[in-house]
Amino acid sequence: MTGFLASDPVRVALVVGAMAAVVSGVVGVFTVVRGQSFAGHAFGDLGTLGGSGAFLLNVNPLWGFVSVGAVVAGAMELVGVQRRRGRDVATGIVLGAALGAAALLLYLDTTRSSTTGAAVTVLFGSIFAVASGSLPVMAGLAGAGVLAVVALYRPLLLSSFHPELASVRGVPVRAVTLGFLVLMGVTVSLTSMVVGTILSPALLVGPAACALRLSRRPGVAMVLAAGIGLVVTWAGIALAYASATWPPSHAGWPVSFFVVALVFLAYLGVEAGAAARG
Amino acid sequence: MPPVRVLTVEGATVTFGGRRVLDGVSFSVEAGEFVGLIGANGAGKTTLFRVVLGLLKPSAGTVRHLGRRVGYVPQKVAIEPDAPLRARDLVALGLDGERFGVRLPSRSRRERVDRMLEAVGAAAFADARVGTLSGGEQQRVLIAHALVGQPSLLVMDEPLANLDIKSGHEIVELVARLAVEQDLAVLLSAHEMNAILPHMDRVVYLAEGRAVSGTTGEVIRSDVLSELYRYPVKVLDVDGTVVVVGGHDVKVR
Repeated sequence: MTGFLASDPVRVALVVGAMAAVVSGVVGVFTVVRGQSFAGHAFGDLGTLGGSGAFLLNVNPLWGFVSVGAVVAGAMELVGVQRRRGRDVATGIVLGAALGAAALLLYLDTTRSSTTGAAVTVLFGSIFAVASGSLPVMAGLAGAGVLAVVALYRPLLLSSFHPELASVRGVPVRAVTLGFLVLMGVTVSLTSMVVGTILSPALLVGPAACALRLSRRPGVAMVLAAGIGLVVTWAGIALAYASATWPPSHAGWPVSFFVVALVFLAYLGVEAGAAARG
Repeated sequence: MPPVRVLTVEGATVTFGGRRVLDGVSFSVEAGEFVGLIGANGAGKTTLFRVVLGLLKPSAGTVRHLGRRVGYVPQKVAIEPDAPLRARDLVALGLDGERFGVRLPSRSRRERVDRMLEAVGAAAFADARVGTLSGGEQQRVLIAHALVGQPSLLVMDEPLANLDIKSGHEIVELVARLAVEQDLAVLLSAHEMNAILPHMDRVVYLAEGRAVSGTTGEVIRSDVLSELYRYPVKVLDVDGTVVVVGGHDVKVR
């Protein structure tokens, strides 16, 4: 255990994991309440494009995730993610094209550096390889994300359930919708650093879905979701560290596997608990 | 002292794709009045409500509100049974749902919300999730949401559309009673008008984008309604209660 906490990559991973878990718990509750887990997946898929592009340009993948997230949020607001008909077609076409382009960029990354590191890092995360220099930026993004949810709490809540009632009360519903999409983009960027773009929606939505089974109050659910996210992320990091001696390769299992598996187990547990209560 | 006009609509015109949905609509609602808005499907009732609520800007004409804010009860809410929103949360959002930041727990706020829930007969299910309530119960909670901020005008879009006869009458009687208690004007649309007839002071009726208003006695007549709906409609007196029925087969004995 002392070896675990003495390792610099582990300490950075614990801090990064904590920040991502807390902000995705808070943002995730509204994502589930607003029925936008689909948009979370879109951010993850499109983040692949940003992350692989960043690798090619030799910059921190975080910047790729964040810049794509901001652009995508604006595009989604224009397409109208809230309108089911528009989003089915637009999603299929845009996500397909973006993943196709990401495939090219990842291929170029691989041929240039002649390793498969880029693909694994972008798609499945490599939290032990996060540069400690990017910690302040990530802390700033996570902090701003949580503060934004606190600031938007009531207008977001009312417009999630009934946009028209919110409009009548003077809530700028379109601006709030766009603001929340940007928030989701930033959050998925942070979770992508932990578990990669492919699995990032699991960390955004999973703990929040568990928490919403446990509490009917959004504020309480946010605290619970952040807590559940924190536990699964830290436990995932610890298990990945411990797995260094495990077969088959004695090189350790990926963190993202453990985190997502724990999210899944937590969800099963909560569902089973709910079923037992009737 | 002349009565206060809480709502004045003058010459409101709305055009969608070349079609005039509202064509110079003018009417007003005075403080404390109970006004029914009637008209066939497609006559522009929903559009007129959107104009009155400020959700849609008319291409011509003006809408003026006097007094306190407007409370709004939408026709339907589509809230999932597992959505984390209790009845009391929705009512509290009627006090300050547009404000930024989180609110600190306050006793006076909580008491206001409790009193409002009590007033609409929703105290028993105050802590239940809104999505799990019946149509009539949801309607009560939505009325509490609309009224907790003490508006001077309550706008209700087809409040009886999804209610059975008993719930419908109970809701109308509740609104009529609250209107008196809270010095509230009510503007309400309804296809099924029998429940609102005893409480209605005045009727605004929309046909082909134009509005005419009159007292209940002037409008709720067989000839006027038949012309409005372009379909046989009869206004009958049944044991002292006025009822409106439609259809070719209606025979007046």
